Amino acid sequence: MTTTTRRRPRTRLRFGFVDSFLWAVRIGAVAIIGVGLIGSIADTLSGEGISGGAWRDLVITGLSQGSMYGLIALGYSMVYGVLGFINFAHGEVFTAGAIVGFFVADALAEAGMWTDLPILAISIVMLTSITTATLVAVLVERIAYKPLRGAPRLIPLITSIGMSFFLQYAIRGLFGSNIKSYPQRPTALQGSVDLFGVPIGKAQLAVIVVAAVSMVSLYLFINRTKTGRAMRAVAEDKEIAALMGINVNRTIVTTFAVGGAMAGVAGTLWGLLFRQVFFFTGFLPGVKAFTAAVLGGIGNIVGAYLGGISLGLFESVGPNLILAPLGVPAVSQLKDVVAFTALVLVLIFKPTGLFGERLAVEDRA
Amino acid sequence: MTAVASRSSRAAVRVDRRGVITGLGAGGVAVFLGMIGMLVAFDGRNVIDPILSLGYAVLIGVFVVAGHRAAAREELEGVEFEPYGPYDVVSGAVAGIVGGAVVGGFILLIEAFDVREVFTNVSPALVDFLTLDSGLAVGLIAMALGGAVFGAVGAATHLLPARVKDSAISAVIWIFIIGFIELVIVDIVESFKFADFFEDFVYGDRRGLTVPAALLVGAGVFLLTWRFRGRVVAFRARIQVMPEEQRRKTGVVIALVLIALGAILPAVLGTFVNELLTIVGLFLLMGLGLNIVVGLAGILDLGYVAFFAVGAYTTAVLTSPLSPAFSPELTWFAALPFVIVFAAMAGVLVGTPVLRMRGDYLAIVTLGFGEIARILFLSDWFKGIFGGAQGIIQIPSVEIGPLTIKGTDPQQVFYLLLFFVVIVAYVSWRLQDSRIGRAWIAMREDEQVAEAMGVNTVTAKLLAFVIGAIMASFGGAIFAAKIGSIFPNSFQFLVSIIVLVLIIVGGMGSIPGVAVGAFVLVGVLGGPTSPGLLREFAEFKLLIYGTLLVYMMLKRPEGLLPSARRTRELHQEEYLQDAWIDAQEKEGHPEEDG
Amino acid sequence: MSVNFKRLRGLVALVLALALVAAACGDDDSGDEDALGTVVVEEGDAIQIRTLQAISGAVESLGTDQNRGTQLAVQDYIAGNPDSKIARFGVDLGTFEDDLCSADGGTSGAQTIASQADVLGVIGTTCSSAGVPASQILSEAGMVLISGSNTAPNLTSDLEGNALDAWQPGYYRTAHNDLFQGRAVAEFAFNELGVRQAAAIHDGSPYADGLATAFANAFEDLGGTMTLYTAVNVGDADMVPVLTDIANSGPELVYFPIFQPEGDFIIQQAQDVEGLEDTIFFSADGLQGVEFLSIPETAGMYFSGPDLRFGDNTGFTGVNYTELVANYTDQFGEAPPQVFHAHTYDATMLLLDAIENVGVLDGGDLRVGRQALRDYLYAVTDFPGVTGSLSCDEFGDCGAQAIAIVHHLDPNDPAATIQNVVFSAAGR
Repeated sequence: MTTTTRRRPRTRLRFGFVDSFLWAVRIGAVAIIGVGLIGSIADTLSGEGISGGAWRDLVITGLSQGSMYGLIALGYSMVYGVLGFINFAHGEVFTAGAIVGFFVADALAEAGMWTDLPILAISIVMLTSITTATLVAVLVERIAYKPLRGAPRLIPLITSIGMSFFLQYAIRGLFGSNIKSYPQRPTALQGSVDLFGVPIGKAQLAVIVVAAVSMVSLYLFINRTKTGRAMRAVAEDKEIAALMGINVNRTIVTTFAVGGAMAGVAGTLWGLLFRQVFFFTGFLPGVKAFTAAVLGGIGNIVGAYLGGISLGLFESVGPNLILAPLGVPAVSQLKDVVAFTALVLVLIFKPTGLFGERLAVEDRA
Repeated sequence: MTAVASRSSRAAVRVDRRGVITGLGAGGVAVFLGMIGMLVAFDGRNVIDPILSLGYAVLIGVFVVAGHRAAAREELEGVEFEPYGPYDVVSGAVAGIVGGAVVGGFILLIEAFDVREVFTNVSPALVDFLTLDSGLAVGLIAMALGGAVFGAVGAATHLLPARVKDSAISAVIWIFIIGFIELVIVDIVESFKFADFFEDFVYGDRRGLTVPAALLVGAGVFLLTWRFRGRVVAFRARIQVMPEEQRRKTGVVIALVLIALGAILPAVLGTFVNELLTIVGLFLLMGLGLNIVVGLAGILDLGYVAFFAVGAYTTAVLTSPLSPAFSPELTWFAALPFVIVFAAMAGVLVGTPVLRMRGDYLAIVTLGFGEIARILFLSDWFKGIFGGAQGIIQIPSVEIGPLTIKGTDPQQVFYLLLFFVVIVAYVSWRLQDSRIGRAWIAMREDEQVAEAMGVNTVTAKLLAFVIGAIMASFGGAIFAAKIGSIFPNSFQFLVSIIVLVLIIVGGMGSIPGVAVGAFVLVGVLGGPTSPGLLREFAEFKLLIYGTLLVYMMLKRPEGLLPSARRTRELHQEEYLQDAWIDAQEKEGHPEEDG
Repeated sequence: MSVNFKRLRGLVALVLALALVAAACGDDDSGDEDALGTVVVEEGDAIQIRTLQAISGAVESLGTDQNRGTQLAVQDYIAGNPDSKIARFGVDLGTFEDDLCSADGGTSGAQTIASQADVLGVIGTTCSSAGVPASQILSEAGMVLISGSNTAPNLTSDLEGNALDAWQPGYYRTAHNDLFQGRAVAEFAFNELGVRQAAAIHDGSPYADGLATAFANAFEDLGGTMTLYTAVNVGDADMVPVLTDIANSGPELVYFPIFQPEGDFIIQQAQDVEGLEDTIFFSADGLQGVEFLSIPETAGMYFSGPDLRFGDNTGFTGVNYTELVANYTDQFGEAPPQVFHAHTYDATMLLLDAIENVGVLDGGDLRVGRQALRDYLYAVTDFPGVTGSLSCDEFGDCGAQAIAIVHHLDPNDPAATIQNVVFSAAGR
C-alpha cells in the first residue's frame, strides 16, 4: 500500500521529461514552420522571393519525384505488411529495372524508334524494366528471404542489407560504373501543356499520371481480385490464411513480384525524367521510399503512395519554404535534412503515420 | 540382392538430377563471376606463384564445391545412412561436366557476339582466361575435363575419413591465408636480419607462395591438424560443459593474455599491421558501443555514425588551431570531457523522440538522424563552426604529460586505442550482468512485461543511447587525432552499416564476438574508406561483404562467436528437436528399419 | 585449471622472448651524412618508388589513368637514358596503393608506404583530401610525394608567398593550384564575357568547394558580385530547387565545378526552369568527359581545366603529347579516360631525374640522400615537361599553371571542344 504512493512521483517524473521534450519539439516545429511560411509568403508577395510560377514548378517537380518515391514505397510497404521487415534490397530492384531499361532504350534510339514511335518505344522499355525488376525481386525472395521465414526480425533485415550490397556491386561489375544516359525525351514529351491554366511540363505530367494509374491498378488488383484478396489475407494473418486454404508461399512471391513491378515502372519513369542511371542510382531513393512508406503509414498501400508524394513535396518545397526565410545559406544542400526531419515530426505528431498503419496480427504492438 | 540393385538404380537417378542441377548452378556462378570481372581481376594475383592464380583457384573452387554438394547427403537422426561410394564421385563428375559445359557454351556465345557494350567486363581477356590462353578448342575441352576432374575431387572429399578431410581442407585454406597475409608477415619479419631471404623463399614475384613454400605450408598444416584436431575438439567440448564460474575465469585469463599480447605485439609488428590494427580497433570500439544499443537493449540504431562524428568534430573544434569559429586549442585529454558531454547530449537528442516508436520505425528514424548529422556537419550553414566541405585540419597529437602520441605513428595510436578498448570492453562486460544490463535484456525481450516488472524503460533506453554514444565518440576523438584532419565524407551511412554488420556477423551480445567481427570484416576486407588486408579485392569488397552477410545469415545467424543465449534463441527449433529425439530414445521407441 | 595456467604462462613467456629477440635483431642505422637519412640501393636491387592513387571507387578512372602515366614515364626514361643509373638499377613500382579518395584511405596507404624504408618517393595522391594526411605521413618518413592531380590550395601556398595550412616539406605537385584556376575563370568571366553577377554551386567535396570559393573570391576581388553561393549533395537528382534559387538571384553566369551525375541533372533540368534562359553555364574538368559533353543540353557551356594543348612540348625524354597518347592507347588498349596522366608522367619524370642527379654510386651501390632529393626538387627550374616548362617554387607548386577555358559548341563532336580554347592563362 505504501509502495503505490511512492511509485507515483517517479511515474510523473518519467513521463514529465519525455512528454515535455516532445511537446517542446512540437511547438518548436510549428513555430519554425510558421515563421518560415510567413516569411516565404511575404517574400514572394513582395517580389523579393521566389515567384509564384517558380513555386508552382517546385510543387510539380516535387509531385513527380514523389510519384516515383511512392511507386518504390509500395514495394517496401507490401513486404513489410506481409513479412514484417524492411527489404533494403528493394532500391536495387529499382536500379536493375532502370539500367536494363536503359539498354533497351539505347537500342531503340539507335534504331530510330525512340523518336519515331515514342509511345511504343517507351512501352517496350517499361515492359523490359518491369520484367527485370520483378525477376530480381522474386529471385532475391527465393534465395535470401524464404529460408528465413520464421527468424527474428533482425536476421532478414541484415540479409536484405547484404543482398543490397550484392546487387549494387553485381550491377556495377556487370554493366560497369560509368553513368548511362537515357536518350533525350521524345518531342511528344518536351515542353509543357496548359492544364486548367497551369503550365505543367509534359514529362512531369506523364510521370505523375502513369504513376497514379499504376497506383490505381494496384489498388484495384489488391481489392477486387482473388489474388489481391489472398495478399490482404496473408498480410493480415499468415496462419489463419494458410488454414483458409491460401497458398501462403505463392502469395508472398506474388507480393514481391508486384512490388518489383511497381519499382520497374518507377525505373522507366526515372529514365524518362532524370535520364542518368548507374549502379548507385537506387540507393538513396530506396531509403527515401521506405521513409515515405513509414510516413504514410506502413502496410497501408495508399498511405505509402501518398507518403511518397508528400515526401517528394517536402523535399522539393521545404528548404525554400521554411529554411530560406530564416536566413539559412545553401538551403538546397539541406534537402535530405528536411525530408528526414519531416519523418521525425510526422511520427512525433502522429505515431502511426499520416494515414495509419496496417500490420499483420503478429506485428502489431 | 534387391537392396544392392535398388541402391544403384536410386544412385543412377540421383546422378541424373542432382548432379545436373548442381552443375547448372555452378556453371551459372562461374559465368557470373566471369561477367563481373572477378575472374580476370583475380587472375592478376597468384596463390602458388608460377602455377596457380587466384582467378583459376576461384574457378576450380566453384567446381569442387559443386561436386561436393552434388554428392552430399543429409544425415538424419534415426534414418540409416548410406555410405558414400563411387557413384557419388560420378555424381560429382557429372556436376563438373555440366558446369564446364555451361561455361563452354558461354565462351562460344561471347566469341560469336560482342556484348562489351552492355557487359563491360566481358572482354577478350576473359575469353583468354577461360580458354587458358590456348585457343577455343583446347579451352573448351579443358573446361569440360577440368570440370569433371574437380567435380569428382569435390565429391571424393566425402569418401575421405573425417580426419584426413579436415586436415586436407585446413592445409588448402592455410596456403591461401599465408598467401593473402603476405603484407602482414613481411611486415613482421622486416625487423629480423633474415627478412630478405625469408621473403624470397616464401613469396613469389606475383604475390603468391612459391612452390616449395606452398608444399611446406600444406604439409605442415596437414600434419598439425592431423595431430591436434582431436585435442581441439575435446578442448571445445570441455569449455562447453564447464560450469559458469570456471568458464568466466577462463575467459578472464584469456582476456588478460590478449591484453598482454596487445601491449607487446606492436613493438614487434611493423607499421602496416599496426595501422591495420588501429582501424580495426576503432571499429571495435564502435562495435562495443553499438553492441550495447542493439545487442543488449535491442534498439536497432542505423545512424550510429552520427555519434562517431560528434566525437570527432568536438575534438577537432576544441583542439585544432585552425578551428573556424573559435579555437580554444585544448589538449586532447582536456577536450575529452566535452566529447563525453556532447555525445551524451546527442544520445539524449536522438533517443528521446524515438522512445515510443516501434522497432523498425526507430531504425529508419535513426538512419535519418545519421544522415542529418552528416549533412549538417557538411553544410555551408555550419561552415563557420565545422569547416563545411573543407573539414578541419591540423588536429594536434595527443599529449599525456611528457609523452606524445603522434597520430602518424600507428604504434602509439594503437596503445591509446588499446587503453580505451580495454576500458570500454570492461564497462560493457560489467554492464551485461548489472541491473541495468538485465533491465535492457528484459526490455529487449518484451517491453510491456518489462514495464510491468518495474523496469523504467525510458531511463533504460536513454541510458543505452547515451552509453553507446559516448563509446562511439571515444572512437571519433581518437580518429580525429590519428588522421589529423577530418572531412565529412568519412562519416557516411556505410560506416553505421558496417558497424552493425560487424557485431551481427561476429556475434551479437558477446564481446569476443564483436572483436572477431571487427578483425574479420574490417581487418581482412577493409572498412568503408580504409583498405583492409586483401587489397586486390578492393573492387569487389562490398560484393564479397554482401555475399558473406547473406551466407552467414542463412547458415549461422548467431554469428561467428556468439553468446550462448543468442545461439539458443536462434536455434530454438533444433534444440527442441534434439530434446524430443533424446526423449524418444530414452523411452525406448523402436526405430524404423532403414 | 592449474594446467591451463601453466600453459598460458608458457605462452606469455614465449611471446616475451620473441619480442626480445625481435628488438635485438633489428636493423641498425648506418651513419648518415644526409639530414633525413640515406637510402642505399644495393647492386642488383631496384630503385623503389610507389604510387598512391584512387584506384577503386567513384574516381577510379582518375587513379588508374595516372598510374598508367607513371608506368609510361618509367619506361620512357629508361628507354631514353640507357646509360643512366636509373636504367642500371631499374625501377620497382611495387603494389599500387589505393588512396580511396579520402583522408583515412590516404592515411592507410601512406602508412603502408612509409613502413617500407627503402622507398625514395611516391607519386600521388589523386584526391586532395587524401593528400592532406598522406603528405604529412610521408613527409615525416622523409619521403618525397609528388602529385599529378591534387589541386587544393591548402596543400601548398596562396601563390603569394605564404604557406597554407596543409603544406608539408617534401610535397610537390605538377597539377595547377586551384587558386590559379579560380582566378583565371574569374578573369575570363569578368573581362572577356563581361559578367558582373555570378553564382556558384559546389557538391560538398573539398575540391569543388575549394575551386568554387577560389572563383568567388577572385570574382569579387575584380569587382563582380556573387549573387548566390550554394550547394547540392552527391546523390541528389532533383535540381529544380537549387536552379530555382539561382534563377531567383539572377546571375549572368553559374560556375558549378562538380561531377557526374549531378552535373548532368543540373544542365538538363536548367531547361525547365524559368529565368535561366540566358544564363551562362560554366563547369570544370570534372565534367569535361565524353559522356557529359554528348548531352545535347550542354551546348554552349564553358569549361575550365588544365590546358591540354601540349602541342610540341616535349617531355624530358623528347616524347611529345601526341606520341604519349599513342603509346598509352597501344599499351593499355584504350584512349586515356582522364586528363591528368600527362601531369603524372611529368611528376614521375621529375622524380626520376632527381634521383638520377642526387644518387651517388658507391662501389656497386647507389646512395641517395633524402634531404638532397628534396633540395634538388625545390630547385627545379625550366624542366622540360609534356605539360609545359616546370619550375618548382619553395612550397612545392611545380606545375606549369596553365589553365585553359574551352567553349563547348557541338555535343556531337566532343573531341573538338578540347581544341576550342577561348582563353588561356599561364602562371609561369
